[in-house]
Amino acid sequence: MELLEMQHVKKEFNGLKVLKDISLSVSKGEVVSIIGPSGSGKSTLLRCATMLEKMDGGSLTYMGESACWEEGDKCVYASKAKLKEIHKCFGLVFQNFNLFPHYSVMKNITDALISVDKISKKEAEERALVLLAKLGLSDKKDAYPCQLSGGQQQRVSIARALAKQPQILFFDEPTSALDPELTAEVLKVIKELAKEHMTMIIVTHEMQFAKEVSDRIIFMEHGVIQAQGSPEELFDMKNERLKEFMGHLSGNL
Amino acid sequence: MSIQMMLLQLGKGMLVSVEIFALTLLFSLPLGLFVSFGRMSKNGIVRGLTKAYISLMRGTPLMLQLLIIYFGPSLLFKIRTGTEYRFVAVIIAFSINYAAYFAEIYRSGIESMPIGQYEAAKVLGYSKAQTFVKIILPQVIKRILPSVTNEIITLVKDTSLAFAIAQAEMFTIAKQIAAAQTTIMPLMIAGVFYYVFNFIVALVMERVEKALSYYR
Repeated sequence: MELLEMQHVKKEFNGLKVLKDISLSVSKGEVVSIIGPSGSGKSTLLRCATMLEKMDGGSLTYMGESACWEEGDKCVYASKAKLKEIHKCFGLVFQNFNLFPHYSVMKNITDALISVDKISKKEAEERALVLLAKLGLSDKKDAYPCQLSGGQQQRVSIARALAKQPQILFFDEPTSALDPELTAEVLKVIKELAKEHMTMIIVTHEMQFAKEVSDRIIFMEHGVIQAQGSPEELFDMKNERLKEFMGHLSGNL
Repeated sequence: MSIQMMLLQLGKGMLVSVEIFALTLLFSLPLGLFVSFGRMSKNGIVRGLTKAYISLMRGTPLMLQLLIIYFGPSLLFKIRTGTEYRFVAVIIAFSINYAAYFAEIYRSGIESMPIGQYEAAKVLGYSKAQTFVKIILPQVIKRILPSVTNEIITLVKDTSLAFAIAQAEMFTIAKQIAAAQTTIMPLMIAGVFYYVFNFIVALVMERVEKALSYYR
């Protein structure tokens, strides 16, 4: 089954077309990386998928449930109650972590479970402890975000997203704010999740990582999908622009 | 007049000053939050009205506002106001005046919050109200504490403005005794009172700031 389906998505900011008719579907267990130069629209696509931005055209469907569709020349979103249900399907890991600084690691992970999903405190904490152990953060449960390194903070934010047991996890440049060493520790976590067949959509600039972890890589530029395919297919493609982009990246490495 | 007598009278005045202070905070702090919501409203009319309100409150003397609120009902609308209205007028004038200042402080705090906090809360499913109460407000309070302390210290001294409508608080009584007994002593005592009061306020606020320093 397709977990996520986006059809003909369009988005513009003050007349600037950032997404021009993008269609994307992701099935269960798939790991999809989205690469492309800055300003290509990849983050905007993710923000439309997670409903942090309103789409101007097209449709958005999670597990067969319509979140947004086109009526006339406008996009209509589902009812509040429906959207609340749909929000439970996915989690998002931000570039800047966006942990809640006034909450301990434990509370960062459990608070939404308790006050939004109405799970008992005991169960929420058990869930959090399992995740913290898995991410190597057991000793940090009482720490506050400001006491953690960037890599640890990002792992906490991954734990926070996972605690809600989402069907799909989105990553918006999860390592762009981290140095190479911390990047490695976060990428390791994502690779482990991939092994467990967690469905993930990852916007990244880490080409080697994308190659290793993805079932499919999407190359975006100027608001359209220029090329997509398995890592092998993509790296063999004759697309000039794609070659140029990847050449720059490998040159930098 | 014996010194004990004088102290007793001043003591009563102190109590009234403390009451004005406490009641003003009790009303103006929450009221200020609502005014700041109005100031940040998407509705242009609401926003305009609140802006005008804040402008008026900050742009005219508190003493004048106090006089208008005290004398307004009887002079404008021929409403008879009893003697107990004097204290009520003081609390109303102080509360609506300080709410305007607090509103701008809240606004500065709320607008300084990074958008990422709202986005993280939204993705986790928090409602708008939950996001504000659980995520935004606690952080805003920490951010605005130094400015709020400033206002509170000003309020301690401003309680003496109630003297304009002869409310029997610390300053009014001190001035009366000083004039009647031709001695500077009561004014000196009043000075010490305001200073000690503010010293305590500063101490308490420092404690609160310290209690919130566990995160950045």
